[in-house]
Amino acid sequence: MNAQLTKGERQIAIGILLLIVCVGLAFAGAGKDGPLGVHGFLIMASGILGIFAMINGYFNPEPGDERFDSYYDTPSKIGLLLAMAWAAFGLFIGDWVAWQLAYPDLNFEAAWTSFGRLRPVHTTGVIFGFGGNGLIATSFYVMQRTSRARLPDQLSPLFVVFGYNLFCVLAVTGYMMGVTQSKEYAEPEWYADIWLTIVWVTYFVVYLRTLAHRKEPHIYVANWYYMAFILVVAMLHIVNNLAVPVSFGSAKSYSLFSGVQDAMTQWWYGHNAVAFFLTAGFLGMMYYFMPKRAGRPLYSYRMSIISFWGITFLYMWAGSHHLHYTALPQWVQTLGMTFSLMLLVPSWTAAANALLTLNGAWHKVRDDATLRFMMVAAVFYGLTTFEGSFMAIRSVNSLSHYTDWTIGHVHAGALGWVAMITFGSIYAAVPWLWKRDSMHSPRLVEVHFWFALAGTVVYVLAMWNSGIIQGLMWRTYNESGTLAYSFVDSLVAMHPYYIARAFGGLLFLIGALVGCYNVWMTVRMPLEAKSLPVDDIPEPVATGQPGLQPAE
Amino acid sequence: MAVSHDDLVWLAQSAGLFYLIGLSAIVLVYVYWPSNKKRFEKAAEAILHGEDRPWR
Amino acid sequence: MFGLHYWLERKAIGFALCIVLIASIGGIVEIAPLFTIHQTVEDAPDMRLYTPLELAGRNIYVREGCYACHSQMIRTLRDEVERYGPYSLAVESKYDHPMLWGSKRTGPDLARVGGKYSDEWHVAHLSSPRGIVPESVMPPYARLLRNELWTDDLSDHLRAQRAVGVPYTDDMIANARADAIGQASPDSPLAEGVSKRYGDATAVRVFDGVAEQVTEMDALVAYLQILGRLTDAAHKSLVKAGE
Repeated sequence: MNAQLTKGERQIAIGILLLIVCVGLAFAGAGKDGPLGVHGFLIMASGILGIFAMINGYFNPEPGDERFDSYYDTPSKIGLLLAMAWAAFGLFIGDWVAWQLAYPDLNFEAAWTSFGRLRPVHTTGVIFGFGGNGLIATSFYVMQRTSRARLPDQLSPLFVVFGYNLFCVLAVTGYMMGVTQSKEYAEPEWYADIWLTIVWVTYFVVYLRTLAHRKEPHIYVANWYYMAFILVVAMLHIVNNLAVPVSFGSAKSYSLFSGVQDAMTQWWYGHNAVAFFLTAGFLGMMYYFMPKRAGRPLYSYRMSIISFWGITFLYMWAGSHHLHYTALPQWVQTLGMTFSLMLLVPSWTAAANALLTLNGAWHKVRDDATLRFMMVAAVFYGLTTFEGSFMAIRSVNSLSHYTDWTIGHVHAGALGWVAMITFGSIYAAVPWLWKRDSMHSPRLVEVHFWFALAGTVVYVLAMWNSGIIQGLMWRTYNESGTLAYSFVDSLVAMHPYYIARAFGGLLFLIGALVGCYNVWMTVRMPLEAKSLPVDDIPEPVATGQPGLQPAE
Repeated sequence: MAVSHDDLVWLAQSAGLFYLIGLSAIVLVYVYWPSNKKRFEKAAEAILHGEDRPWR
Repeated sequence: MFGLHYWLERKAIGFALCIVLIASIGGIVEIAPLFTIHQTVEDAPDMRLYTPLELAGRNIYVREGCYACHSQMIRTLRDEVERYGPYSLAVESKYDHPMLWGSKRTGPDLARVGGKYSDEWHVAHLSSPRGIVPESVMPPYARLLRNELWTDDLSDHLRAQRAVGVPYTDDMIANARADAIGQASPDSPLAEGVSKRYGDATAVRVFDGVAEQVTEMDALVAYLQILGRLTDAAHKSLVKAGE
């Protein structure tokens, strides 16, 4: 890897790594009584490991000027492989805790294996580990190609990828030790948050510097989404994580806000993390990889711009629908509900745009599982955004809130939309990045597709059923006007659905493991060994003539 | 106490509405402005050409 | 105007600012007025602060991720009020940094669980949930009974709480550790200070049933027993609504 770094960059890298070791050492000393000390050692160890890697290849020849003739894809390659690894890990933890809810003895009574500690490990592992690495890797890939500009230097993109993964590791190991802020999807404590801020600013700077020497003045729309993802996530992350640490030697901090303000800030964050992490970023992915794979331009470029500004603007208001009928003032709830309903317009515009792009390429969707991943993702995106707007209606929310319906909704989005579009993009990008004709086995992509789809459907149906039953049981009265069911009655009724859900999750996990194997075999495949099978499509070669009818 | 809660709420609601309408108008005009059409079509097509190297 | 947009696109930084501006306004407009909410929501002058022991218990609640399955927010719906008690008021969580309203009820709401069960019930249930409720899916927390409570840095905790706006006095901060031990050791000389600083109504007793040691179980049970009882504003407002 450091063969691609210039001598100066190698020196800077060693400098940064030394700094990281020092910070780790300081934490290890100051926090020796608690989990912060463990994290200090972890930070130190990762710094030392990096230094070894740097010194090991320090006297390798420097890259020549010919590097400017190609894109810099090492960070994307590392990111995609890490994304697959995080998928396997995060999905495994998720399925494990799902089985725990059906059979609670499966936690084996250790501290770190209890549901409360493992749940954020699952959510962080899949959202930030899998999703985040997928976004960072594809964003570097897409930005370079759409701008026809190479990344500005060799070091900072690597810093972003490795720094981001250090954050994920700190987060996940922290939860297992009980280090958490308790804010959903923003659980990491203050020191990890500061680290992520540094990484994220670097990420944004890399993006701006690459765009600065792009070829066309117009920025391709996928980059708009990636940019909104980077910027707004930064804003959300900083505001929601404002906190005062107990001391420099303590992992614990107290959030700046309390009560209602804290709840509103948290769900402003939580909902917009869905919007700008799990939607905007992945729409960016879709707007590049889907047209590219289908060999057709976007159905309507205009529609993609309308939905961009619609999503950027409307999502911000919708967070309060997480707090219907709570102590939050009612006007804020109403505002949240109204904007959630309006949000359906840009969301469906985006979904329709994606599906209409495939018009005329449906034979490819039939034959190519990679493109089918993307198509199903767009369908689930449409379904989930409809369901989301529906659930934001106060009266519907009174039934669905606090129940498994919410979990079903989230997973329709996370499995059906986010994971599917990511897997589709990875299957498209891996052969392009490693200069292969196709994936190691297009049949295994097909296998993965069906496992993923079956798993998602089983999961979502199970949670719809359990959620609605749960919600109805809680509010059912008997003839004498008292509540008909105890809480435990509703819990007992959930048992079969919890088994079904865990089974659906297992199918999805198996699919992802098949995907990991396939990606790994593709990467290891000797360059010329594989000839082009009919049912996998290589990247279109440069011919100069598009041969496509324009959109609209 | 400079601003009261009720005033702030009123401002939030009314300004929010005008902001929504104004912004959608701006975006729609930009998107459907005739001279922008060519640029959009070019952008949509551009990614399909596989010129797989940076320009210099 | 389109020259402007061209410029915006050429200068990616301007485009970036545009995104930030458009995206931030919605949040500002919704959240800013909430900081003046104290003008409209009724105050609770009788509200007391969490004692150091309860705060430590709250931190254990956070550490173990209890909020992933238990909400602390009773909505203004008839069935919730009948099942869990008077609906939650904004003022009740004004000292909650962070709030623990939760988003999922795999287990029941805990906003008013304080005083509903005995200490012995909580200890037995936390140690072995299925020993008390056979159908329960809650993980067991027997280890809390074995872990001695870490009290050395409680003064720092109270100081950080004061920094974010909870009105702990210098006296409370200085005696945080003594008060935590005192609240779970009624026979020790430290017990007296707890009632002096946090009010006579503060429960001073052996929460976990073992007098010799202050454990994490003491702290967690003390916290669970105060839930919904920092103020009786919610009960008052329900009575007023009924009149």
